[in-house]
Amino acid sequence: MAQDRPTASELLAAIADFLRDEATPALDKAEPRLGFQMRVAVNSLAILEREARLGPAADAAEQARLVKLLGRDGTLIELNRELARQLRAGERDERDPALMEHLDATTADKIAIANPKWR
Amino acid sequence: MTVHTADESENVASVLAKAAGRHFGGRATIEKLRRESGGASRQTWSFDAVVDGTPHALILRRDPPTLGAPRTKAEVDRSISIDRATEFRVLRAAFQAGVRAPEVLFELTPDDGLGEAFVMRRIDGIAIARKLLRDAPYEGARKKIAGQLGEILARLHAVPLGRLPPLVRREAADHIAGQRRALDLLDRPQPVFELALAWLDRRKPAPTPEPVLVHGDYRTGNYLADETGVTAILDWEGAHLGDPIEDLGWLCVKSWRFGAVDRPAGGFGSREELWAAYASAGGIEVDPARAHWWEVFGTVRWGIICHNQAWRHLSGAIKSMELASIGRRAVETEVDLLQLLKA
Repeated sequence: MAQDRPTASELLAAIADFLRDEATPALDKAEPRLGFQMRVAVNSLAILEREARLGPAADAAEQARLVKLLGRDGTLIELNRELARQLRAGERDERDPALMEHLDATTADKIAIANPKWR
Repeated sequence: MTVHTADESENVASVLAKAAGRHFGGRATIEKLRRESGGASRQTWSFDAVVDGTPHALILRRDPPTLGAPRTKAEVDRSISIDRATEFRVLRAAFQAGVRAPEVLFELTPDDGLGEAFVMRRIDGIAIARKLLRDAPYEGARKKIAGQLGEILARLHAVPLGRLPPLVRREAADHIAGQRRALDLLDRPQPVFELALAWLDRRKPAPTPEPVLVHGDYRTGNYLADETGVTAILDWEGAHLGDPIEDLGWLCVKSWRFGAVDRPAGGFGSREELWAAYASAGGIEVDPARAHWWEVFGTVRWGIICHNQAWRHLSGAIKSMELASIGRRAVETEVDLLQLLKA
C-alpha cells in the first residue's frame, strides 16, 4: 500500500534542508569536525533523495536493456553478474556498440543520482 | 572515527619525551601535541620537542597496536601497504637522494608501547587540494606545481635501489590481477571495471627492464605546498618497485584534479608540461600511449578503492559513515573510464 505524503523523496529533501541550513551552522561553531561529518551526511541524504525519485525507473530501464543485450531473463544482479563474466572472459569488449550504449545509459543514470555535477 | 582522549595524548606525550630525549641527547619536553586528521588505524601527530631550550618541529607517524578483532582475510588481501618500519627506510633513502620528502629522525621501539611508529621533521605547507587550487596565497605556486611535481618525481625514480629496504615489485600484469581479486571480494558485479580491466589486459606494457622506486600514491592531496610550491611529498605507504610511468598516470587521474578538469597534472598543468619537467630533470621520455594506459589503470584503481573503503564499513571492520559514503563515488570513475576508453 502506498504511504501517505510526504513521499520518501520529499521527506529526505526536508531532512537534508534542515540539517544543512540549521544544524550544520550550529555544529560548525560548536565542533568543526562534526560539521564536516554533517556535510558528508547531508550529501548522502541528497543522493538518497535523488535515488528515491529516479532509482526505480533507472533500475527497470537497466534490467530491460540487459535482457535485450544478453538474450536471457534474470534479476538485475544475475544479469550484471553474467555481463561481468562475459567482459572478463573477453566475450564482449568496447567494440560492441550495443554494449557501450548500455553501459553509457546505465552510468548516466547512476551519476545522475550519485553526483549530477560530476564532469 | 574515534577522537583521541586526554589520557591517550598524555601517554603519547610522555613516550615522545623519553624518545626525543634519547635521540637529541638531553631532557626533552613535548609541546603543542595534537592529532592531525587521519584514520584510526594510521595516525599522524604533530608536536614540538623542546631540548635545552631549542624547539624541534616534529611529526609522529603511528600505527597503534591492534585492538579488538583481528583483520579479516579479505582485509589482509586488499592491504598492499608497507609497514611503518619499511616506510621509515624508504623515506630515509629518498631524502638522502635529494627527493623533497620529510627527513625521518628516529623510530620508536616496541618497549615504547605506541605500536609501529617513527618521528620525522615537520615541514611547512598544506595538503588541502581545494585551497591550493583556489585560494589567493597560492596563486604564484599554482603556476609552478605541475613542473615541480615532474622534477621531484624524476629524482624519486632515481633513488638507488641498493639504498632501499626490500620492496614488492609490481608490474602492469600484477596490478591487473590485484584489481580483479579486489573486485571478486565485492558482492556486486562491476561491468564497467571488468570492461576497463580487459581493455588494460589486452594493451598492457611489458615489464620494465629496470624497475624503479614507485611512490604509489603520488597525487594532489598527498604533498605539502606553500606559496613557493611543493615543499614535501607525503604518504609513502604504497611504495613498491615497478614502472615509473605508473606515478605519472596516477597523478593525472581526473579525481585528483578536484574540479580543475582541464588541467590534468594534478589540477595544475598539462600532461605535456609535467612530462617535459620530468624528462628535463633526468626522467625518461614519456610515451603518451603508456601514460594513457597508466591513467586508465589509475582510474580503475581509484574506483575500486572507493568500493573497498565502503566495504571497510559494510564488513563491520570500522563503523564510519564517511567511509560508507565513498562507495557512491565509484561511479565517478565509471563515467571517466567510459570517456577514456573512447579516446
